[in-house]
Amino acid sequence: MMTKTVRAGLLMSACGVSLLAATAPGAYATGMPQLDFANPLVTGQVMWGAVIFLVFYLVLSRAMLPRVSRVLEDRAHRISGDLEVARAAKHDADRAVAELQQARKDAMAEAQANLQAALDEERQAAEKQMHDINARLDMEIADAEARVAAEKARALGALREIAHDTTQALVQRLTGLAPDAQLVAQKVEGASARRAV
Amino acid sequence: MAGGSSINVLEQFELHPVLGSLGEALRLSQSPIYMVVAVCLVLAFLYLGMKPAAVVPGRLQAAAEVCYEFIHTMAVDTIGAEGAAFFPFVFTLFFFILAGNYIGLLPFSFTFTSHIAVTFALALMVFVLSVVVSLKSQGLRFFAHFMPDGASPFLAPLLIPIEILSFLSRPVSLSIRLFANMVAGHVMFDIFASFVVMLAGFGVVGDVFAIGPIAINVALMALELLVGVLQAYVFAILTCIYLREAVAH
Repeated sequence: MMTKTVRAGLLMSACGVSLLAATAPGAYATGMPQLDFANPLVTGQVMWGAVIFLVFYLVLSRAMLPRVSRVLEDRAHRISGDLEVARAAKHDADRAVAELQQARKDAMAEAQANLQAALDEERQAAEKQMHDINARLDMEIADAEARVAAEKARALGALREIAHDTTQALVQRLTGLAPDAQLVAQKVEGASARRAV
Repeated sequence: MAGGSSINVLEQFELHPVLGSLGEALRLSQSPIYMVVAVCLVLAFLYLGMKPAAVVPGRLQAAAEVCYEFIHTMAVDTIGAEGAAFFPFVFTLFFFILAGNYIGLLPFSFTFTSHIAVTFALALMVFVLSVVVSLKSQGLRFFAHFMPDGASPFLAPLLIPIEILSFLSRPVSLSIRLFANMVAGHVMFDIFASFVVMLAGFGVVGDVFAIGPIAINVALMALELLVGVLQAYVFAILTCIYLREAVAH
């Protein structure tokens, strides 16, 4: 819109300038050649100047200045594009570093877990072994105690027999009579029961 | 230039028809020829500069891009968002004047910006453009600008003519500023160069003293290189300011 206004204004200006050139007063008679408007060459430069200026304006605005602005825009575009690429590369690199760190962290965690698992397994195995050994020892102790008890019982049984025989022999020697086996057994039983208590 | 001992510093501004009678009929003097040369130089500079269209620019391309961005920044910063639409116009104006000023600094050349007819035509073009843009973007509210905001209504009969006068004097001041700067610079060149020629007539002593005006002309050349770009800049920035007022709502 503005460009149109500029063009219209320029056209009007050109017309105005041409009019001025056509109606310029020619009454100046001074020493300065510039003020000698009677000289057709003085006003002629205005006409020629208007044409040359218009051509200059058109060539500049249509061809030359767009060329310059295109180069400047290309450069700005290229620089911003390169910056974009660099930014993307940095982003990728950052992501790669983050991934690497994550992988490292994961590997460390996994190793820690494996170590923990191995330790747990070892501890459990040790515990189980300990438990087994304890159980076997307990069993052997129980066996031994049972054997001791049996031996003791057998020894005590044999003691009663010895006591019985001894009592019978003593009584026979003292009294000369063979005691009643039933009564001897009863008395020995009673004495051993009192002793045991 | 100056012949013998007489100094005619205005001779350099005279126009001569080129191509004989055909040029006379077409009102073609050396001035439009120099305009064409200036325009062609600018276009060649941009064309050759931007020909590689490289992402990493060479010297010439960097120079062309600096020119583009300098005017683009000026147009957009001064006019505002609409500045981009006026940028080609401001660019054309700036480089037309700059090339005209600088070509005029070459020996035996002609400065078309030293003609009030040319500078006034350029200023009038800017003026008409700004009025057209104003009317287009603001409509009749444009005329309200001739009464400053907040001023007492009793002062209106005084203020409105002053505002109108200052508005109408814009193309005059714009054109005379450039014209006068260019004429003054070239007159000074001519005067000091004539001194050298005149001193040459006094033999060895004159030859020695002629170093003075030559040194002054060298310094003047540096000054004129500054003035040439400064006046083109002033013309372009004032155009931008007028256009900003035009597009402001």
